[in-house]
Amino acid sequence: MKHTLSVLVENEPGALSRITGLFSGRGFNIESLCVAPTLDHTMSHLTLVTSGDEFIIEQIIKQLNRLVDVYKVVDVSEGEFVEREMALIKVKAEDETRAEVLRMCDIFRCKVVDVSPKTYTIEVTGPESKLKAVLELLKPIGIKEITRTGTIAIQREKKTV
Amino acid sequence: MTKLPGKQMVVEALKREGVDVVFGFPGGAIIDVYDAMERDGSIKHVLVRHEQGAAHAADGYARATGKVGVCIATSGPGATNTVTGIATAYMDSIPIVVFTGQVPTSLIGNDAFQEVDIVGITRPCTKHNYLVKDVHKLPQILKEAFYIARSGRPGPVLIDLPKDVQNQVAEFDYPDKIKLRSYNPVVEPHSRQIERAFKLIEKAKQPIIYAGGGVIIANAHKELRKLAESIYAPVTMTLMGLGGFPGTHEQSLGMLGMHGTYCANMAMANTDLIIAVGARFDDRVTGKIEAFAPNAAIIHIDIDPTSIQKNVKVDVPIVGDCKRALKKLVKVIEEDGRPPEVWKEKFKPWWDQIRAWEERHPLTYKKEPGVIKPQYVIEKLYELTKGKAIITTEVGQNQMWTAQFYKFDEPRTLLTSGGLGTMGYGFPAAIGAQMAFPNKLVVDVAGDGSIQMNIQEMATAMEQRLPVKIVILNNQFLGMVRQWQELFYDRRYAATEFTVTPDFVKLAEAYGAKGFRATKPEEVEDTLKKGLEADGLTIMEFAIAREEGVFPMVPAGKATTEMLLV
Repeated sequence: MKHTLSVLVENEPGALSRITGLFSGRGFNIESLCVAPTLDHTMSHLTLVTSGDEFIIEQIIKQLNRLVDVYKVVDVSEGEFVEREMALIKVKAEDETRAEVLRMCDIFRCKVVDVSPKTYTIEVTGPESKLKAVLELLKPIGIKEITRTGTIAIQREKKTV
Repeated sequence: MTKLPGKQMVVEALKREGVDVVFGFPGGAIIDVYDAMERDGSIKHVLVRHEQGAAHAADGYARATGKVGVCIATSGPGATNTVTGIATAYMDSIPIVVFTGQVPTSLIGNDAFQEVDIVGITRPCTKHNYLVKDVHKLPQILKEAFYIARSGRPGPVLIDLPKDVQNQVAEFDYPDKIKLRSYNPVVEPHSRQIERAFKLIEKAKQPIIYAGGGVIIANAHKELRKLAESIYAPVTMTLMGLGGFPGTHEQSLGMLGMHGTYCANMAMANTDLIIAVGARFDDRVTGKIEAFAPNAAIIHIDIDPTSIQKNVKVDVPIVGDCKRALKKLVKVIEEDGRPPEVWKEKFKPWWDQIRAWEERHPLTYKKEPGVIKPQYVIEKLYELTKGKAIITTEVGQNQMWTAQFYKFDEPRTLLTSGGLGTMGYGFPAAIGAQMAFPNKLVVDVAGDGSIQMNIQEMATAMEQRLPVKIVILNNQFLGMVRQWQELFYDRRYAATEFTVTPDFVKLAEAYGAKGFRATKPEEVEDTLKKGLEADGLTIMEFAIAREEGVFPMVPAGKATTEMLLV
C-alpha cells in the first residue's frame, strides 16, 4: 500500500542523508522524495512516498521520529489530502505531430514552456495519475526526455503538519 | 562572559559534564585539544594503544557507572578505528561521546592527509553526530551531545572537530539546561496503558517477565524485582538483562534465547502473557519468529517506540522509562491489594510446570577426568569472587559460558557486547570499568581468539597500573564458529583452528604483568586464586577441552523449543 508522508526536519547539513540512509539501511522503499525549505528557514518540509504493510509503515514513521533532526512526521494519506507532481516532458514534435501535441496540452491543461523546430517541452502538473495519463498518450508520439519533481502533498482543510 | 578557543571549550564542557576520565590516542588533527587538556590538567587521560580500545574503554566505563563515557581520536585512521567501538555502543544503547579531529575546514573534501568523512561513516551507527564548522555553535553542540547521549534510549554521539575550529575563539556560553524542539523522548508512561497492562496480568495464568538491557540502563532493577515479587511471576533475562534481576533469586529462570536455559525457553514458548521490560525481541531471543510464544499476549515496556511492534505484535505497548513504568505498574498492583501469596497460589500450576522443566534439563555439562571444562572454570570463578566481581567478556563461547554459569545478582556487573557481538570488546571495557572503580575486582573472561583482537591494551593497563584480571579459556579454536561447523557443516573446520597461539604466560610477563596457567582440572582453583590475588594485571590461561560446545543451543532459524541439549 502506498503512503505519502510529510516530514518536518531541521534544516541542518546531513539531515536528508540521515533520512535516506535510514531507508536504505533498513531496507525501506522510497518511491519519491521532495524537499524544500518552509516559511521558517530553519526547517525543511519533505514529502516522501513509500509503500509497505501497516507494520512497515508504523516502523518507518517511528524510525523517522527517532532521528534527532526530525521534528514531525505525518502520514497525510491517512486522511484527505491534495497531492501534486510536476513533470517537464520534451516530446518529439515534427510536422504531422505538432498539432496533435498541442491538442493534448490543451486537454490536460499543460503548458508549453520551450519550443524548437523538432520538439516541444511541456510542463504538466497534477496528481500522479494525471502525469501517468499524459505520459501514456505522449509515448507513441515520442518522448525524448522527462524530468519529474516527485510528489508533494498537503492535508485538506484546517489540518496542518 | 568569557571568550575561549574551541579546544578549551571542549575541556570546559568535559568538566561541566562531570567527566573525570577520557580514553584516547592523539594525532595531528586533535593535538590542540590534547594541548588544552594538558594545560588544564584536571581531566585524567588514558592513553590507549589503538583507538578501538579507547571507544570500548569509554563504553565499559559507561556501562559500569551509568555515566557518559568519553573517547578522543584524531582524524582519518584514528577516527575510523573508533567505528567498531561506536557501533558496539550503538547496538547496546550505551552513552558515549566521541571526539574526533578533522582536517581544517578549508581542506574538507580535498582528500587531504588523514581526512575521512567520519560524520558520514558513523551516521548509521551513532544516535547523532556533528561536524562543527562554526566555533560559535560549539558550546551548544557540546551540551547537546551529552544530553542526547544520555537521555531517552542512550547511545553514542560523535563530534568532529576541524583543526581550525579548535583554535578559533568565541564566547563560551554553556547552557545549563537544554531543550530541543525535534528531540523529546517520552519518559512518562501513559497511565491508561498501565491499567490495561494490569488487566492482562489479572487474566493471565502463565505469565513471564522478559527483562532486557533497558532495565539496567534505566536503573530499574529494584522496581523490576518488586514487580516480580508482588505477583510472583517467573523472570527470564536476555544477555543484556543479566544482573537486572538477581540470578540467584528463586524466581529467576536464567537467560533465554539461543543459549538460554531449557526452562526459560520452554516457559517463553508456553506462556500466555509476556511482560517485556526494556527488551527488543531480538532474533537471538525469539528464534524462528513464527513459532515464538504462539499463545502469549504481550505487554511491552520500552523507551524507544521503534523497539515496540518491530518484530512481534504487541497487545499493550507502554512507551516510557522502564523505572517509571514499573513503579506505576507496581502501584496499581498494590492498590489492587492482593498479597503475593494470592498470586503465588494462582500461578502454582504454572510454577509446578516450570520446576518440572528445570528438573528435566538443568543447566549442566559433562565432566571428564583430566580435561578442564570451561564451565567448571566459570563456576570456580563465581565461587572465588562470590559473584561480586565486575565481569566483562569477549564474544563467542567464552561469553555464553559466562552468561550461563556466572550468576549475576547486581546490575552493571556484566559488561558484554550483546548486539554487535564484538570480539575484542572485553579487555578494553575492563580497563574502562577498572578506571571507574579502582578498588573493585574486574575480570575479563576471554577466549584465545578474541583476547588477541585487543591484546595491545596490556600496555595501557600496565601504564595505568590497573589490576584487571584476564581469564583466557584457550581451546586453540574460534570456538563458537567451530561449534557451528561441527553441528551444521559436517565438522569442516574452515579457518577456525589456531595452529599458533602465543604463550600467554610469557606474553603477560613481556608486558610486565603476571601470567598463570592451568592444564589440568585440579590446577584450576589454585590458578584462579593465584591470578585473582596477585597484585596488578594478570593473565590466567586455561587449556580447556578443545571441542567443548555451548548447550543448550537453538540452531539459527529454528523455534526456541528445538534445543540441542548437553
